[in-house]
Amino acid sequence: MIYSEKVMEHFQNPRNVGVIKDADGVGQVGNPVCGDMMSFYIKVKDNRIADVKFQTFGCGAAIAVSSMVSEMAIGKTIEDALKITNRSVAEELGGLPKNKLHCSNLGADALHAAIKDYQEKQKAHKKGKVGKASAEKPAESEECCCPYCEGPLEGLEAYCRSCDFELEDCPECGKARKKGEECPHCGATKVRV
Amino acid sequence: MRKVYLDHIAATPIHPEALETMLPYLKENFGNPQSLHSAGQQAQQALEEARESVARLIHAQTAEVFFTSSGSESNNFAVKGLALAQKGRGNHIVLSSIEHQSILHSAKSLEKFGYSASLVPVDKFGRVTPEDVRKAITSDTVLVSVMLANSEVGTIQPVKEIAAVCHEQEVLFHTDAVAAVGNIPVDVTELGVDALSLAGNQFYGPKGSAALFVKKGTRILPFIDGGIQEGGRRAGTEDVAAIVGLGKAAEIAMRDGKKRDEKVLPLRDRLIQELPQRVEHVFFTGHPKSRLPHHVSFCIEFIEGEAMLLNLDMQGISASSGSACTSRALKASHVLLAMGIDHALAQGSLVFSLVEGTTAEDIEYLLEVFPPIIERLRKMSPLYTQYLEEKRK
Repeated sequence: MIYSEKVMEHFQNPRNVGVIKDADGVGQVGNPVCGDMMSFYIKVKDNRIADVKFQTFGCGAAIAVSSMVSEMAIGKTIEDALKITNRSVAEELGGLPKNKLHCSNLGADALHAAIKDYQEKQKAHKKGKVGKASAEKPAESEECCCPYCEGPLEGLEAYCRSCDFELEDCPECGKARKKGEECPHCGATKVRV
Repeated sequence: MRKVYLDHIAATPIHPEALETMLPYLKENFGNPQSLHSAGQQAQQALEEARESVARLIHAQTAEVFFTSSGSESNNFAVKGLALAQKGRGNHIVLSSIEHQSILHSAKSLEKFGYSASLVPVDKFGRVTPEDVRKAITSDTVLVSVMLANSEVGTIQPVKEIAAVCHEQEVLFHTDAVAAVGNIPVDVTELGVDALSLAGNQFYGPKGSAALFVKKGTRILPFIDGGIQEGGRRAGTEDVAAIVGLGKAAEIAMRDGKKRDEKVLPLRDRLIQELPQRVEHVFFTGHPKSRLPHHVSFCIEFIEGEAMLLNLDMQGISASSGSACTSRALKASHVLLAMGIDHALAQGSLVFSLVEGTTAEDIEYLLEVFPPIIERLRKMSPLYTQYLEEKRK
């Protein structure tokens, strides 16, 4: 099995799956192009995260990460919840395969997006305006299609299909690209051989 | 727990008869086929018998069969060897956009030697038209390579017609028949191909056994230099046991091919018929008729392939997917994208490829455990929730 026991346990029995209809904050990250998309819903009471629900489209790691993030966040103060990082999530799960580390990024990102949404609503509320759900425009995480943007993944370079082995980050999209060349998107329908 | 293996396209079990013929060459008959003594000559004879069996399976001459170590090696050998042998004549290659990575990347490597390649598109069924191949051929084209059958979507290409176009234009034609040979009848003379790749692990032979057919009189550069093995085209001490296993698997494929089809076709059709009855939003991929007999491929909307594979595995079922998360590169299948399937749907791709031992009970078991898996994952999916909300409006 490519995953740790803990990952598989969370994957099989994910905690806090669902939607909170009257959520105080909603965050959505990723997109189906990358293979992972997460929606997080939070309820906040006395500056503490009282409840978390999530929905995830994605692989086993993405589902386990979402579940773990939800579990880690419940009961924490907003400040402490913002300290949850991709690394701490992966550690709690007993590690993730290298090329799946971006999934854990998404989990913390989705939670943080939900918190940000909550904070913005609070600000708007204080100003006397009724806060509109800012989560309608999800924070897109584009780099996950190519594992190379995530520093520690250099060991997998042979698997990039559109770029040659020498890679650099594209300053525009952040995706890995062939050094000194325009990076064609990895769709592979148009391989410029 | 019940074990149901439905990943033929990744590996088939070694046929017991093939295994039996291999064992002596891993034990007492260990001689090097290039040795002059009797131990060596015994191995040499086994090698040539295997070559005859493989040649018979594809209706080739024995001298036209070169053993290699994998389908990928055969593809590398063909693309690089045929293109480089024609250096000076031209520097352009034509491929389909759904070729195996070993073909696409061989062409990419040739870029360093001044070659370029054009990719011919496919239709929504994953079919290449001979007309598109004709359009892609230029005066610089020296090689066209289009696969015979695609392992991800099962589609069989009109290779005979494509080969005819190539010959009309006086361009060599290679076909990657790794997914096809041993599973459907293949006749290199009838198809009119100049080169063809095949691999034993796709038809109940061992892994590490494969071959490249090169039509007599076709110039090809040696793939491994340094010895007289394989007519000087592919040096290195032969893996006699694997080759013997490949030869036996070829014999069995000829003997049992029809029987296998008769067994597997009704099971495949049952799956294709029953899946949409039990699961909503199933999209079958590949050509509905012109396809491999043991192959069922489809996309399940709103969920991702790896999550399905893990759940199936927990129920004892082995299958495969072309989703981004199942590939180490985290990219969705280039085959599905080339067929015009959008990224989100391609993430939910799944292939059930049946093997000789698959039973009707296996299929019923699959049909029973699969729908709850889909339901469970859809409940978790934000895309499915979105879909339901939009439907309500």
